[in-house]
Amino acid sequence: MKRIISVLMENAPGALSRIVGVFSQRGYNVDSLCVAATDDKSLSRLTITTQADDKVIEQITKQVNKLIDVLKVTDLTDGNHVERELMLIKVATRSELVRAEVNRNVDIFRAQIIDVDLNNYTIQVTGTSDKLDAFANVLAQSTEIIEASRTGVCGLARGDKALRP
Amino acid sequence: MEMMSGAAMVVRTLKDLGVKHVFGYPGGAVLDIYDALYAQEDVEHILVRHEQGAAHMADGYARSTGTTGTVLVTSGPGATNTLTGIATAYMDSIPMVILSGQVPSMHIGEDAFQETDMVGCSRPVVKHSFLVKRAVDIPEAIAKAYYIANTGRPGPVVVDLPKDIVNVLEEHPYQFPEDVTMRSYNPTLKGHPKQIKKAAKVLLDAKRPILYVGGGAIAAEASELVTEIAEKLHLPVTSTLMGLGAFSGVHAQSLGMLGMHGTLESNKAMHNADCILALGARFDDRVTNNVEKFCPHATIIHVDIDPASISKTVAVHIPVVGSVDQVAKQLLEQMGDVDSNKQKEKLADWWQQIEQWRGRTCLNYKKDDKLIKPQEVIQSVYKHTNGDAYVSSDVGQHQMFAALYYPFAKPRRWINSGGLGTMGFGLPAAMGVQMAHRDATSVVITGDGSIQMNIQELSTCLQYKLPIKIISLNNRALGMVRQWQDMNYKSRYSSSYMDSMPDFVKLAEAYGHIGIRVDHPDQLDAAMERCFAEKERLVFMDIQIDQNEHVYPMQIKFGAMDDMRLSKTERT
Repeated sequence: MKRIISVLMENAPGALSRIVGVFSQRGYNVDSLCVAATDDKSLSRLTITTQADDKVIEQITKQVNKLIDVLKVTDLTDGNHVERELMLIKVATRSELVRAEVNRNVDIFRAQIIDVDLNNYTIQVTGTSDKLDAFANVLAQSTEIIEASRTGVCGLARGDKALRP
Repeated sequence: MEMMSGAAMVVRTLKDLGVKHVFGYPGGAVLDIYDALYAQEDVEHILVRHEQGAAHMADGYARSTGTTGTVLVTSGPGATNTLTGIATAYMDSIPMVILSGQVPSMHIGEDAFQETDMVGCSRPVVKHSFLVKRAVDIPEAIAKAYYIANTGRPGPVVVDLPKDIVNVLEEHPYQFPEDVTMRSYNPTLKGHPKQIKKAAKVLLDAKRPILYVGGGAIAAEASELVTEIAEKLHLPVTSTLMGLGAFSGVHAQSLGMLGMHGTLESNKAMHNADCILALGARFDDRVTNNVEKFCPHATIIHVDIDPASISKTVAVHIPVVGSVDQVAKQLLEQMGDVDSNKQKEKLADWWQQIEQWRGRTCLNYKKDDKLIKPQEVIQSVYKHTNGDAYVSSDVGQHQMFAALYYPFAKPRRWINSGGLGTMGFGLPAAMGVQMAHRDATSVVITGDGSIQMNIQELSTCLQYKLPIKIISLNNRALGMVRQWQDMNYKSRYSSSYMDSMPDFVKLAEAYGHIGIRVDHPDQLDAAMERCFAEKERLVFMDIQIDQNEHVYPMQIKFGAMDDMRLSKTERT
């Protein structure tokens, strides 16, 4: 099943490659990976989505936790959480008809058109990965998708729970 | 504050950390550091003949002392040559620090001469690594490296030092770091009290308990505590290949090694136990055989300092994260006074059963009038060293014979590459041992295959006057490969023999040592006598043994722990 692992680590050179290394060395999949410094610039927060059963996920979290640069690891899917992903998607808009249809779908999915060119729109949409998939599928029915880029999932636990040093 | 160059800081930090020996090989990127070494006498440098040898020497040094071994090599090939040695240390959790030179910072990434991404290359086989970017950071990086290497679950740490930051011409303020703790690194040493309570209860209630001890007990210096638990509860004790010596192999309660080539009594007792206390062992595939069939009746208590080792292969019932010494102490406290007679009485049936298994004397073998048996060679080494030598081993049949026929009464006496199984480990490891214990007897048990993998170090032995005793079991073949080919490949000896063996006696002599060839069982005792009488010189014993001897007992693939072959014809 899909799991979202959240990692708090030192914002140090090589830290990311060590984490990715754990996945590749031990044969685990990475479906998406999202990483950036936190409000405290000495720390980075990383979110990995992967497909794994309970036994494998236990090993993954333990192996990641074992890395010297890692402060905290949690499996967000264990409890209530919020998750979001952002996608930028560029679609062809060569006719009035297509433009109208794309606009309608942008409204329905509460997306935003952030760049307009003679022949295409670039749209920003956020939500769960499922919503992003659905939006891309809908667009593909009425026009051609030129390219898309997704950030990968990032998430936080609901309520008081938090990953802090 | 004292001003000095980056190179001087490297050496000064080593001195301030109490490092006495560095095993290494110079080259372009570390010439500044070598120049700094030249100017002092606190840190002794041992010049090896190949960087892999340096890593194994540091490893043997660490295993026999418990202190961290140190390696110093240049960038590129110097660094990559240590990788097998680093991986060997990593698999067996041995503390080691590798100082590797690197091309100047401004040339990193340019594919400069002798450039390698050492931090990247070594990443999967190190506990941690540092690429130092400023000279002033050198003391802290090195001090942290030693701290990380020898705390928690020990392991190798790489410190990569670009040439520009160790430049002897630029001086910087030197400050030895007072504190090297890190917010992201806090190994758990004490067991959780709740788990200790549960474990103690299960242990006291058990009718067929066994203590399964591994290398973690040696790393934690917990031999005495392990013995105390075993004696208090009158437990049978079995040991992994890495744990030999943690509990005395000559103790009446010792069942010897377990696993693939373990004794019958060990594997039987494990399989039939109702409670297994695993202290610093990791249930690896060379122990468990088929995990599906592993010890079906046992409640398993697993004590390990590394949470990731727990339930990795075998799901355990009572996990305890902590170091073996701390947890052993806690267990002893929790159990309080145990009526020793009552306990003995309770385990009487269990011990009776174990004695029956012991009665099958699984280590018996047939001697021969003309051919030397490998087992008798090991027994002869035991006799001539009074069982008190440091024994380093290479990898193969001889390693298993040594593990089975040389019982170790003390920890840190048995030095072998258990996890990675590195041929070529034995000789350099024994050299590291001898550097740390100049007056002790340092023996290498090796074979004609393994010894040729780092034989160049015979030259280093002469330079540093290391009177190592090399016991080479020469069967003119890669014995363990040949054994498997006998068992599984209809004796088709694909690339498992060498028909161009050197004259090892002449070879030893060419390197300035003594070589002795032994062909016949009748010569063995006298030859050993002569070998161990040579206190000042290295002796290379080229012992021609029976080529067809197999290592038994041996677990049968896919079976339970106790499904074993006892000889070429007998099974359990």
